[in-house]
Amino acid sequence: MSATETPPQSSWTVKLRERAVEALPPEKLLPDGQPTYVASWIYIFGVASIAALVCLIASGSILALKGPAWWHYTSVGHFFNSIHLWSVEIFFFVMVVHLWGKYWMAAWRGGRTRVWITGAVTFLVAVPCALTGYVSQQNFDAQWISTQAKDGLNSVGVGAFFNVTNFGQMYSYHVLLLPLAVVALVASHVLLVRRHGVVPPIDLKSRITPAPAAAAAGAAGRQGAPADTQPASGARS
Amino acid sequence: MSALGKLWSKDETKPWKGGYQHYDLVKEASIAVGVVALLALLLTVLFSSPDEKPSTIAQWSRDTPINFVATATDELDGTSPTAEYGPPYNHNSGSVQHVLFLHPQRWLGVSHPINTSRDYVIGPLETIPNDPELKSALAQYKAAPEKQQKEWAEAYGKPLGEYETAVEEKKTPNEKAVSVNPSTGAVTVQASGAGPVPVMIGSLLALARSGGVDGSLLTSNQFFQTDYTKPLLFMADGSVLAERAEAQHLLGEQWGMMNETGSYPGQVWLWLYTLWYQVEPFKSSPNADLWVMLIMGLLSTAFICIPFIPGIRDLPRKIPIHRLIWREHYAAGAAPPAQD
Repeated sequence: MSATETPPQSSWTVKLRERAVEALPPEKLLPDGQPTYVASWIYIFGVASIAALVCLIASGSILALKGPAWWHYTSVGHFFNSIHLWSVEIFFFVMVVHLWGKYWMAAWRGGRTRVWITGAVTFLVAVPCALTGYVSQQNFDAQWISTQAKDGLNSVGVGAFFNVTNFGQMYSYHVLLLPLAVVALVASHVLLVRRHGVVPPIDLKSRITPAPAAAAAGAAGRQGAPADTQPASGARS
Repeated sequence: MSALGKLWSKDETKPWKGGYQHYDLVKEASIAVGVVALLALLLTVLFSSPDEKPSTIAQWSRDTPINFVATATDELDGTSPTAEYGPPYNHNSGSVQHVLFLHPQRWLGVSHPINTSRDYVIGPLETIPNDPELKSALAQYKAAPEKQQKEWAEAYGKPLGEYETAVEEKKTPNEKAVSVNPSTGAVTVQASGAGPVPVMIGSLLALARSGGVDGSLLTSNQFFQTDYTKPLLFMADGSVLAERAEAQHLLGEQWGMMNETGSYPGQVWLWLYTLWYQVEPFKSSPNADLWVMLIMGLLSTAFICIPFIPGIRDLPRKIPIHRLIWREHYAAGAAPPAQD
């Protein structure tokens, strides 16, 4: 609620709000419609990546609440560790399929370069996020993987400040710093998809099906923009 | 036109002017979370997750005392892989890699200093109280010149090295030169001119068997410890980790750390990184780690920059997999074209 009827033009808060609403009006942020070309099994993998991220963060949070050693001596802890492990495996699997799908759709077209870049960087940041989890397990896997991984990291000088044999440092990276980076990147990626919309098919020109007048009008209302502007995004990306 | 401008292709993507369909975003996301959670639950019930107990120095010294003694002697002598490693552990060059003029391993210096002789042998021995023979041996060793120290350690280490080599090559080792007392676990090495080293290493073995070395390698200036660099590198210098890893198909030639103990998928997303280690010239290169890291760095950058790379970015148009993805849309190709 505004404190005054006409807020001062110099208000940073007002400027931020106006820019945010302009970039992503509610109809674009949470659309209830999508272009008819968004009809393929490949779209499942984008939302499945987010779903797997939700599952692995939820299971990881339970493990973090009880501490790093809990899962070694309780069956409940081992159960949640297993959920965490398989959520990670699913996350990478669906994310890789999603990336391949987006490559073959040339999903960077139409001013969507940043959408591609945030997706690619998310994958690359998720790799050390998983690695820090493997070396924080406090079991033989952690011992072996850390003593092997150190050589590659040391060879490029990274080992000087990122020590995979230091459990405390790796645990901090795994439960806070890298997940924070992954979540921030995924959030940016999804917001960019919202802003630019789902990439339309290649060679759209000759194959587009014109919208019936009523549908176009409805879509315009849903998206908050005329149908001949950038398409609104779905959750699918 | 700027160089960057030349990289951009003309983007002919047209805005969508076709129809829309109803779509419940929140419902789809909720269903996706439910389905993935159920899939994770199913995989958990079916396969659980691996949790092999960690190795300890105590266990290592009890199970393979000769390997422990040989490794400890190498640490004292300064000839172990960690002792010769180089940055970030010390100023040597045994594991320092370079490609052309690039020596990144040296750029940030020694950030985790390890003096193997002091940290792995002399330091732990100094924690043992009430042992006059050990105290005398330590005093004799520390008072001797470096050359003499090295000669003692080499004299003691030679038969141990020969024994370990024979075991590694699956030959019959000389059990007269190196033997283990089955009741006490003590190792006897027939070595002349080894000075105080037999007493020192014998005491270290006894300390390790009691678990004392595990504790002493984690002790520093503060009570709480989370850095396992020293004990891990000590064990990695011996065979305790590698033997278990080989049995669990985790060695470098077995696609290395990408795998996990048991029959679990492990870090399969590292397949490309691990692939380079399986092929020449990287397989036998002393600079393999640096080469692989540089190649993967280059490929990762290219992956991010695909929209800017001519050829790679054009493949999706040339190989029509998109026709499969949008087959329903293209099936409507007979419809009249839009006004764009």
